[in-house]
Amino acid sequence: MSQVWNIFKRELASYFATPLAFVFIVAFLFATGVFTFYIGDFFRAGRADLQAFFMFHPWLYLFLIPAISMRLWAEERKSGTLEILLTLPIPIWASVLGKFLAAWAFAGLALILTFPIWISVNLLGDPDNGVIIASYVGSFLLAGGYLAIGAAISAMTSNQVIAFVVSVVVCFLFMASGLPLVLDAVSGWAPQFVINTVASFSFLSHFQSIQKGVIDLRDLVFFAALIGFWLFVNTVLIEQRKAG
Amino acid sequence: MPQPLIDINGLAKTFGPIKAVAGVSFSVDKGEVLGFLGPNGAGKSTTMKMITGYLAPSAGSVFVSGYDVARDPIGAQGEMGYLAEGAPAYGEMTPHQFLNFVAAVRGFKGVEKERAVAIAVDRTQLAQVLHQSIDTLSKGFKRRVGIAQAILHDPPVLIMDEPTDGLDPNQKFAVRRLIASMAKDKAIIISTHILEEVDAVCSRAIIIDRGAIVADGTPGELAARSRYQDAVTVEVNSTDAQGARKALKALPGVNDMLDISLDGDMRGGGAVLTLFPEPGQRLIEKVSALVTERGWKVRSLVAESGRLEDVFRACTTADAGNGGAGQ
Repeated sequence: MSQVWNIFKRELASYFATPLAFVFIVAFLFATGVFTFYIGDFFRAGRADLQAFFMFHPWLYLFLIPAISMRLWAEERKSGTLEILLTLPIPIWASVLGKFLAAWAFAGLALILTFPIWISVNLLGDPDNGVIIASYVGSFLLAGGYLAIGAAISAMTSNQVIAFVVSVVVCFLFMASGLPLVLDAVSGWAPQFVINTVASFSFLSHFQSIQKGVIDLRDLVFFAALIGFWLFVNTVLIEQRKAG
Repeated sequence: MPQPLIDINGLAKTFGPIKAVAGVSFSVDKGEVLGFLGPNGAGKSTTMKMITGYLAPSAGSVFVSGYDVARDPIGAQGEMGYLAEGAPAYGEMTPHQFLNFVAAVRGFKGVEKERAVAIAVDRTQLAQVLHQSIDTLSKGFKRRVGIAQAILHDPPVLIMDEPTDGLDPNQKFAVRRLIASMAKDKAIIISTHILEEVDAVCSRAIIIDRGAIVADGTPGELAARSRYQDAVTVEVNSTDAQGARKALKALPGVNDMLDISLDGDMRGGGAVLTLFPEPGQRLIEKVSALVTERGWKVRSLVAESGRLEDVFRACTTADAGNGGAGQ
């Protein structure tokens, strides 16, 4: 576990060693603002909740999270530092977990920095803070899901642009699997249980159910299993690299 | 019988149809510095990547300090320091941050960690760039950062891929001295294509070509396989050149003669004649006696010794056709 911590610290520090961290956080805060106030019509809705704020997170993350995850492994492969990482006495799973947790913590930090909007809504009205906390937890889990997918895809290539584009596509499929867009492709021919299975993979539906203020165990299990699965894929992909 | 610190058996690596390493076996024990020679693409780096656990071999085994690299890479990697090809490092970190990261991963804590980093910094003379990001460092400093992280935990086994590449002559000298100073209680493998380096630091050299070992011995033994071993070079002036050519060529024990005419040369003509002996023959006494007897005006008379470079060429370019050293 101490190796996970070593990797975590190094990785998290590397975000802040370049302007990347600041660019990302500013872009994230700006985008959440635009979506909430202009597209979400936060003020005119006249309700004291953060519905307008959270409802766009799945779409926002679709592009912003792959921007965090794309470098996780692709950069190490490109610059040759992967050779250092894999020849130090660190188990591969520890590197995978440490890197993922660092990226997740960074995404969490960006999310926490949206707190002024929470304060505003409390000053303006009397929102249900339980729902807001649940929504923050759901948003954080959602970010973790996207990140785990993006990290594994980053391990497949040494090209960060490819990692970004492929991650956006795969994340989109996972996010939208409950929408007609994806379901229509399946519903014509597949039996009902297949349709239900595909629909149950949807980030959107799990996130929306948490957003109602109830953190259901099923939703937690869904995100935990999803993250676990993709981290496992990530480990296998790195292990596979050794075979050349 | 105790196992050598590095023990390699039948190691092979294929990338698709390409055989990068085709079954090499050797061992390196404490106190040895093994020079790993070979042309580019011969399989040096691939072999080192397999020893350090970065690549999994297609066949064969590697044991480091008794740990099987395939089964217990973490155990083996704890015993090794590795400078990878091109000395990669996290560019956004400073040497100080990078070395502290490596020290933490190597299990150092607190005061011990500070001490390990300080010693490595001191041995590689990094003090002046310690807090500058690695991306901004010169090639020589980057290489030394790579060496520092490799020796940080004072490992019994050290694997270095071209440790002096990109260094200036003074830095090369310093790195060789560093390697020599660590040699007596470690097993060290360095790869290089600078042949003087082998003479300078290695107690043994292996020449590898197309993935296979083609020569293995002390630098002296390898050099002795050169056709220049016990050869004699005479430079005579133009009046004696013709006679000397005939007489020297006919000398018993001379196998072959390399004749470089200096006619038209600014040194005033003459010839440089190199006489290669038949196996086991020494020529210098015979040649000097002949020179005195004939009264030739000789500009220089040199007893040659074996040239590693010559052996390297003969071993690694199979169809060069000058088979002097092939045995």
